Amino acid sequence: MSVGLNYYLILAAVLFTIGLVGLLIRRNVLVMLMCVELMLNASNLTFVAFASKLKDVGGQADVFFVLVVAAAEVVVGLAIIVSIYRKRLGATADDLSSLKG
Amino acid sequence: MKLVFLIPAFPLLGALSLIFFGRKLKEPLAGYIATLAVGMSFVFSVVVWLAFLGYHSSVFVEHLFVWINTGSFKVDAGLRVDPLSLTMVLFVTGVSTLIHFYSVEYMHKDIDFPKFFLYLNLFVTSMIILVLGNNMLLTFVGWEGVGVCSYFLISFWHERPSAASAGKKAMIVNRIADVGFLLSMFLVIHYVHSLNYSAIFAAAPHLSKSVVAAIVMLAFVGAMGKSAQVPLYGWLADAMEGPTPVSALIHAATMVTAGVYLMVRLSPVLALSPDIAHVITIIGILTAFMAAMAATAQDDIKKVLAYSTVSQLGYMFVGVGTGAYAAAIFLMVTHAFYKALLFLSSGSVIHGMHDEQNLKKMGALRIVMPITAVAFFTGWMAIAGVPPFAGFWSKGDVLLGAFGESWLVWIIGLATAGVTSYYMGREYCLAFLGKARWMPATVKGKKKSAKAVSHSPHIDPHEPSYKMMIPVVTLAVLALLGGLLNLPFASSLKFLDNFLKPAIAASPSYLHSSALTQIVLGSLDAIFAIGGGLIAYFIWSKTFERPALEFTLFKNAWYIDKTGDVAIARSSTKLAEVTDGVIEPKVIDGAVVGVTKLVLAVGILIRKLASGFVRREALVIAGGLVILIIIGGLRGGL
Amino acid sequence: MTQTSFPFLTVIVLLPIIGGVLLAFVPVDKLAKYLALGVSVVSGVLALIVMLLFKTGDAGYQFVTNHSWVSSLGIGWHFGVDGISLFLMEMVALIFPIILIATGDKTKNNTYSAWLLILEGACFGSFLSMDLFGFFLFFELTLIPAYFLIIGWGGKERSKAALKFFLYTLFGSAFLFAAMVILVVIHHSQTGVFTFDITKLAHTKLSYASQVLLFLGFSAAFVIKTPIFPFHTWSPKAYSEAPTSGSISLASIMAKLGTYGLLRFDLNFFPQASYRLAPILLTLGVIGIIYGAIVAAVQRDFKRLVAFSSLSHLGFVAIGIFAFSTIAMNGAILQMFNHGILTAAMFLIIGMILERTKTIDISKLSGLQKAAPVLSGAMIVVILASLGLPGTNGFIGEFLILSGTFIGHRWWAVVALGGVILSAVYLLWAYQRAFHRKAEESHSVIKDMTMKEKLYIAPLIILIFFIGIFPSTMLNKISPSVNLLVHHVQQANHIVKQPAYAASYKSGSAASKNKHSNLNATELYRPGAPTSRWLYAAKSTSNETNLQMKTGSVK
Repeated sequence: MSVGLNYYLILAAVLFTIGLVGLLIRRNVLVMLMCVELMLNASNLTFVAFASKLKDVGGQADVFFVLVVAAAEVVVGLAIIVSIYRKRLGATADDLSSLKG
Repeated sequence: MKLVFLIPAFPLLGALSLIFFGRKLKEPLAGYIATLAVGMSFVFSVVVWLAFLGYHSSVFVEHLFVWINTGSFKVDAGLRVDPLSLTMVLFVTGVSTLIHFYSVEYMHKDIDFPKFFLYLNLFVTSMIILVLGNNMLLTFVGWEGVGVCSYFLISFWHERPSAASAGKKAMIVNRIADVGFLLSMFLVIHYVHSLNYSAIFAAAPHLSKSVVAAIVMLAFVGAMGKSAQVPLYGWLADAMEGPTPVSALIHAATMVTAGVYLMVRLSPVLALSPDIAHVITIIGILTAFMAAMAATAQDDIKKVLAYSTVSQLGYMFVGVGTGAYAAAIFLMVTHAFYKALLFLSSGSVIHGMHDEQNLKKMGALRIVMPITAVAFFTGWMAIAGVPPFAGFWSKGDVLLGAFGESWLVWIIGLATAGVTSYYMGREYCLAFLGKARWMPATVKGKKKSAKAVSHSPHIDPHEPSYKMMIPVVTLAVLALLGGLLNLPFASSLKFLDNFLKPAIAASPSYLHSSALTQIVLGSLDAIFAIGGGLIAYFIWSKTFERPALEFTLFKNAWYIDKTGDVAIARSSTKLAEVTDGVIEPKVIDGAVVGVTKLVLAVGILIRKLASGFVRREALVIAGGLVILIIIGGLRGGL
Repeated sequence: MTQTSFPFLTVIVLLPIIGGVLLAFVPVDKLAKYLALGVSVVSGVLALIVMLLFKTGDAGYQFVTNHSWVSSLGIGWHFGVDGISLFLMEMVALIFPIILIATGDKTKNNTYSAWLLILEGACFGSFLSMDLFGFFLFFELTLIPAYFLIIGWGGKERSKAALKFFLYTLFGSAFLFAAMVILVVIHHSQTGVFTFDITKLAHTKLSYASQVLLFLGFSAAFVIKTPIFPFHTWSPKAYSEAPTSGSISLASIMAKLGTYGLLRFDLNFFPQASYRLAPILLTLGVIGIIYGAIVAAVQRDFKRLVAFSSLSHLGFVAIGIFAFSTIAMNGAILQMFNHGILTAAMFLIIGMILERTKTIDISKLSGLQKAAPVLSGAMIVVILASLGLPGTNGFIGEFLILSGTFIGHRWWAVVALGGVILSAVYLLWAYQRAFHRKAEESHSVIKDMTMKEKLYIAPLIILIFFIGIFPSTMLNKISPSVNLLVHHVQQANHIVKQPAYAASYKSGSAASKNKHSNLNATELYRPGAPTSRWLYAAKSTSNETNLQMKTGSVK
């Protein structure tokens, strides 16, 4: 028996919402990064689900791109976070506002 | 005849060699090379002239190369040999050679000696191109070329601010007039599609009257600038800042007559427009009279001559305007002789007096400079028109033309002739007769500043060396005998008239005036000339201060120049300053800056939204997402 | 169109760019200027070869290379040269090596030479590109090196000047980009093909309204770049703050990108809009001529003076383009080249003065002529040429422009003649203040031109006179393309006066070849119009025979 497309989509939506809410309410930068990963994987799940449903390999190929980008993002993001922690111990996201216009 | 290109080529070659080797050649070799170049040019002018005498046609055109070619419009560089250009070339190169030779000694010990001759040679080249050019554009090349050389030479002693300014002024005034010349050419291009003289002459009778009038009038505007006619004559008096040989060559004998040449060259067109001819006559006679009056009150030995030149040019234009073209050319040639003579002798005076130009500080020079005095006297007689000197014949021809045209013009012309004789007499008396006013200055010395005292031992006027005398004497002979070119006694004696006939428009009736009229008019000329001279002698040989006879109005040359200076130069400077100070930064850049300020203001508003807190921005993104989903949902009919 | 085996144009464009990029990353500080010069000279020599091989009398593009680049959008690596762009290319090829020689010593840094090379390549690319997208790319690419040249080696207020220049010109380019995309989309909707090929885009059918809008979009970029009054306010600051090399590239080369753009794109793509809106540009050009000259008269900074005099001179080019007369447009193209030469020479000499006296404030300079005669001699030649003295290149350009404009737009030409007077006023006044008078103590001992300086000024001076005396050598190559373009505009506006310009050109050159045997044709008629174009010809045909007899005797 196969699980219907809707279940995949609902799961993806739930994952995405968890990620989004986590991103918005948590202050710890590390956790925020994890939440972003969660959102990315939620969209990956949608890609794969549609790919198998529509028998289109393109969707699965896109997932690889997303994975690669996500990996790169983690690498860069972690590096930034580590250097931030070195600079000011225990900083939260709200302490960083150098992007202020 | 094919050798005609050598006439401009020699001075050009001279100029080029002076550009590259001038500073190595030094004095006086550079001067002699330049003189030789012009001399060769004269020789070849004679050769071409002789060849031309045996030529079967009245025009010979030597095409050199295609100058401008845009497919639909084409101008050739070609030289036109005809009686008019030959006459011009002969006297231009001839007089130039003499003046070059004179300058070698005159410019002795000047630091820029080679440069002076470079400019002179360039000038002669341009002048030759001007007269030999086969089309209006080539004439214009020479026209501007002589203008630039005149600029260089007037401001030759450029460390003197007055010299630098005078050069610039000459250039700019000429430039203003040149716009007339350019417009005239544009009209010709538009209506004739060619600038060649032959084409213009052929097409002119078929053009509408107003077009012809516009072409001629605009060309005359150009001529007014170059030939210093009222009201554009101020620059010529200022031009006396240049070295004296320059004044002799450029501002008396050759360049300033270019305007007359142009009008005579265009005479077949001019003849079609009698109205414009009247305008030319009026401007000419007005200039002749006003400049002559201005000359009566000048103290500078060269300024008298400058205004006198302006006045004589006015006479030439009277000749042009009344259709006496040959007379205008005749006067031009003889004027070149006697005015060059006058300038060169006054150059000798200035040389001898160590750069003193004020007539009031001279006097009695006859004793120390006898030959120069005789030369100057010859010049006076010639310009006054005392028979049998050259001026009598040439001015007589012009006045004859004026008489045929209108008695009023003739009377003014006759009176001006008297004035001419008077102011030249005044100059002669002040410089050569009376008491030596340079002696007391040197002896007393006390009244003068220390500088004058230190100078005083040097003031010992003396006759210049023979090198300067040769050209002066030659010109004196020419001034005496120049009339032989065109004697009125028999038509076979009118060499110049007969020679020029094919190149110019047919002259009107004056040629046919009866012998009696001619004799009466001639005697009147002579009486006025001698009378004016005698008056001058009685007044000025005894005294040198008589302010009552030196009106301020004339001293300032009718204030025309000063008015122009105030009205145009100062107000336009003001305009420029306002434009630069207010319009440019406030209005035009102001608009640009205004736009940037607006963008900046909007930016400042928007930047308040960007707090820089990551989570707040994430919230904004999420909000945006929600809105997008809602919109998408609504449009999808959810 | 001729195809050649050796891809001249590709090499000419790419060599400096690749050379520049390599130079930026390779640490060869001491050799940098020699390498850069070498690259630049090779490009220049190739450009010279192109000119020598260029077929005179051919109106179309030559040396065409066309390779597909982004095929789905129809963008091509497409280069070609015709009479309009030929001498602009030569100008780039000549001036950049001179800049490198003249200012190479300024810095030991290799990035300086690298930026110059990239700029050179971008300028080549803009002039030679036959692909609209390629043109836009190179057109924008010029901004970057120019910006960094000003920022890196400029005067005191360089960052402000550079920013203003960069933003202002970029602002204009935004319109160009939008208009370009719209044009291509319209062309796509008509033909179903995406292409940026300018020869194909010229056939796009546009309503008059869309022509006008697109015309304004294209022109926005070009009038700012040129600059044409009143969009010039970035230029005085940028010229005066930029280093000598920057001023030269801005004024003599990049300014021509603007006028070239007007000529190549506006006239080609939007002939009707160009023709009907011409009075606006003519008026702006004429105002620029007079306004620039007036403001130039009171400038104290020599470079600002040149900025305003450029505004004035480029006004002449603008009226030459929009007078739609073959004479004027030939003059405009010649004048673009002339202005490049003259401005470069002017800035080089100003650079020499700055180096010696540490100031270019005209009111502080004095008596330079006595101290440095050769330098002053060079300066006066350049000044005389730029005020249009016959015998120099400046005269030919100005004369052709004005006489051509006079035929169709009489009063604009008459007002523009005021610029001829005013240019004499401000240039001679400036010369008098700086070079005449007695030298002040500090200036009385300055050095005259060195051998090296003489060497790199010499080609410019020689060109000034060469073009003044033998302009036909250039005009022969320029005029077929120009005549074709004018014909294109006239045909689009149904005002064809003269049938088949290209054909009549050939008969003209034939007539000039046997000018001695056929004096009538050269003496009396425009060679371009074998059928008499005399206004009165209709009135009496017998006149013609009459005239021929007369001139026959003349011979």
